[in-house]
Amino acid sequence: MSWTKKHLLDIESLTADEIITVLDTARGFKAVGERAIKKVPALRGKTVVNLFVEPSTRTRISFELAAQRLSADIVNFSAEASSFKKGETLKDTALNLEALNADFIIIRHSASGAPHFLTRVVDAHVINAGDGAHEHPTQALLDVFTIREKKGRIAGLNVTILGDILYSRVARSDIWALTKLGAHVTLCGPSTLVPKTFEKMGCRVTHDVDEAIRDADIINLLRIQHERQRKTMFPSIGEYTQLFGLNKVRLAKTRPDALIMHPGPINRGVEIDSEIADCGRSVILEQVTNGLAVRMAVLFLVNGGKVPPDAA
Amino acid sequence: MPDSIVILDAVAIQRALTRVAHEITERNENSAEVVLVGIPALGDHLAFRLGKILASIWNHPVPVGVLDTTMHRDDLDQRTAPTIHPTDIPFDVTGKTVVFVDDVLFTGRTTRAAMDALNDFGRPKKIQLAVLIDRGHRELPIKADFVGKNVPTALDEKISLLLTESGAVQDEVLLKKK
Repeated sequence: MSWTKKHLLDIESLTADEIITVLDTARGFKAVGERAIKKVPALRGKTVVNLFVEPSTRTRISFELAAQRLSADIVNFSAEASSFKKGETLKDTALNLEALNADFIIIRHSASGAPHFLTRVVDAHVINAGDGAHEHPTQALLDVFTIREKKGRIAGLNVTILGDILYSRVARSDIWALTKLGAHVTLCGPSTLVPKTFEKMGCRVTHDVDEAIRDADIINLLRIQHERQRKTMFPSIGEYTQLFGLNKVRLAKTRPDALIMHPGPINRGVEIDSEIADCGRSVILEQVTNGLAVRMAVLFLVNGGKVPPDAA
Repeated sequence: MPDSIVILDAVAIQRALTRVAHEITERNENSAEVVLVGIPALGDHLAFRLGKILASIWNHPVPVGVLDTTMHRDDLDQRTAPTIHPTDIPFDVTGKTVVFVDDVLFTGRTTRAAMDALNDFGRPKKIQLAVLIDRGHRELPIKADFVGKNVPTALDEKISLLLTESGAVQDEVLLKKK
């Protein structure tokens, strides 16, 4: 196994081997988190900047803790309290961070491709923490890590992603990761949010929720992203819950060992019933724990990533 | 001169381990205090084999753990990220005599990383070092307590090992030209 990438920008450009390398590396870091002393010196003396131009709590905290557990120094930079308010461009902000000798820039931005742009203006390692509706690679990596840990494999599993696919960077990254590793992906939700065009990514698209989850090994629920919807894509939240929400009755018709996942934040009573979110088949909080290990692995790997001469 | 020479075959490896085990028993009067910690990727196999030999000499089981040192290396900046192996130390090292077991002692940097990594698991009373091969070329003030075989090498040579946890007949240690 080896990892030679300087950045983590998306899942689309990763090979199955590279994804497996991240998962194997993350396993080692998960064990570190279970020790009495949860810190290792792998990134001692490095500076990590969390450049979160779009608000986020869990991903930012996860990266922050990941960097700290690797002994790096971390600076948080959020859009609300920053120079963006004063009209500074992303490029200028990034150059300023580089002038402070940032070694890693973790960027979340509402514009798709912002992390890729950043790699052209700075020398630091760039990690995509979510760009628009494009990709959220570390979320997909922690999802496949969780599935592999729970089920022992990815290939051949039926994974159903249910909810707002159209606006979801998580769905896109998940689809890339899962199909590269050989899972069968089914997408389901209102036809306005789950267009047939996703079949081009190698998924099955259906709008019948009971059929979509019947043979699923994994049911991955996505939140309705009100902030990304410019017009109403379905009549009401109540109707969405009735037609697509995961409740006891629906769950009873699934495989008894099907696992329920959700990238968070969950909207209890909308896409998932409260009691199901807390039931034994839900691995939602384990995803959070695994997210930390995966982000440590990503920082560790890109640190050793050397740009090949021809790509420099 | 051929490209590779067999330094130890399977029988010689087992004999070297047996001798190292006896040296460990001579050095450590209180056998209850001794625990073995193997350094992956191959030191862990050797540690389990050494643990079996020691258990038969002492007539009690000898705890064996595995310690990954990659997160404590000093060259993470200068290379692609190394493979991380699982760490498993199913006992408390505090107050124990920890014997590190590794396949080849070369620069000493892995041993330094191992001492650093072990700190996170407790404070051993003593740390000792057992290696199958000492090939010289130390870059740090580190010395093995127990050596299976001293092999003077040139820097452009490399030691290549084929080792199994059970000690198969194919096991061997080779000296190769790079």
